[in-house]
Amino acid sequence: MIKLTNVHKSFGPKKVLQGVNLTIPKGSSMVIIGGSGTGKSVLLKSVLGLVSPDSGSITLDDQEVGTGDRDAFLARFGMLFQGGALFDSLPVWQNVAFRLMRGALKRPKAEAREIAIEKLRRVGLKPDVADLFPSELSGGMQKRVGLARAIAAEPEIIFFDEPTTGLDPIMSGVINDLIREIVVEMGATAMTITHDMTSVRAIADEVAMLHDGVIQWTGPVAQMDTSGDPYLEQFIHGRAEGPIEAVR
Amino acid sequence: MILIRPLGALGAQILSMLTMIGQLALFALETLSHLFRPPFYGREFAQALVQIGWLSLPVVGMTTLFTGGALALQIYAGGARFSAEAVVPSIVAIGMVRELGPVLGGLMVAARVASSIAAEIGTMKVTEQIDALVTLSTHPMKYLTLPRVLAATLAVPCLVAVGDVIGIMGGYLVGVSRLDFNAAAYLKNTVDFLEVFDVTSGLIKGAVFGFIVATVGCFYGMNSGRGAQGVGAATKSAVVAASVLIFAANYILTELFFSA
Repeated sequence: MIKLTNVHKSFGPKKVLQGVNLTIPKGSSMVIIGGSGTGKSVLLKSVLGLVSPDSGSITLDDQEVGTGDRDAFLARFGMLFQGGALFDSLPVWQNVAFRLMRGALKRPKAEAREIAIEKLRRVGLKPDVADLFPSELSGGMQKRVGLARAIAAEPEIIFFDEPTTGLDPIMSGVINDLIREIVVEMGATAMTITHDMTSVRAIADEVAMLHDGVIQWTGPVAQMDTSGDPYLEQFIHGRAEGPIEAVR
Repeated sequence: MILIRPLGALGAQILSMLTMIGQLALFALETLSHLFRPPFYGREFAQALVQIGWLSLPVVGMTTLFTGGALALQIYAGGARFSAEAVVPSIVAIGMVRELGPVLGGLMVAARVASSIAAEIGTMKVTEQIDALVTLSTHPMKYLTLPRVLAATLAVPCLVAVGDVIGIMGGYLVGVSRLDFNAAAYLKNTVDFLEVFDVTSGLIKGAVFGFIVATVGCFYGMNSGRGAQGVGAATKSAVVAASVLIFAANYILTELFFSA
């Protein structure tokens, strides 16, 4: 279980997180929604320790993140980045098997390659993609490779940062279905940030809306349309009028 | 009163420069601290060695070849004013191995390598590849910075050694073909007046310059701003800072090695 309690984070004068409280139960898929620049990525990166909160507490299974063995902590996570964040200098299979070729999870090269090809197959890519470089792939294929990398070491917790941004609706649907299938199949805890409502409905068990640095609403995805929360309603229906100020 | 604003701006610039030097020093110390803590990424080190050392050979070789030739012409013309044309071989040799080989080698590597390291790491930062490394339990300083810094520290002295030889050869070619020196006498004068410490001091300078170039490139890459403009600014700053630091380090090392 991931628990955030009263998390604050500012960048200079800009207060991004202003007391975030959120609990993500083990094995559930939590999707965090909110407008651009509301701090969704900062929240996600705070859990991973890529950003240090100014105050508040973030715990994983009741242990404060940032304490204890960092490598062991990170080994529990997989992450799909918004732009894929594939390493340009490495072929696809080495990107996927990156964690399996170094550190505590190191395997023989042939075995790592075999696992990478299996994971590529799992995300719908053929083995001949393995030896290509990321620059030779389309945006959708890069996302799939990023997804394969995120699941390569079979982590307990997977983070997805804007998994469908920049993709056409069909490819978005494919990625959403893959994420849902993989999370269910692996029994992983998932945390996704997006403002794509189709993704929310496809991926989420639970939804949290971040606005003005706090969690404005949280609840099961089934209750999202009947929440009665004016912020959430404005967001999910994409209305210009409402409590959320739209800059024109 | 009219001077307050420009003086304030100058003070702010100086403070900013001192801050940068402090941050760079801490960055260099952190890089060195990883040298003694596993893991060490041998493959990345080997790749950096090829990129920094082997692929810089042509540009360093061409630079020192032409500089050696020009130096021979200049010393000959200057020496002729007091009938000292015969010093051309020894001055070319000493000038190349003590000063021009290391400084020009360091500057050419700064232009070629500091910029490319800063651009590569800056782009990795902007595209979240550095964050991805962290989430994959890989320390960016160990994986990106240490191999490059170590490779440059070892490769630049080798480049300097090759550059010294090529530079002396440039002087020799000009001396023999244009200035009518006897080939054997030119070589004998070169060897006779050159001392071992002339060569080793240049190689030590090369190692220091290599360390500076890669550390500065990595530092600016890791601290790159967002977007293409941020990466561009990091690249430019890396080349400028590396070049200035090479000149400053060259003066300090020359004082240490050769002051009376």
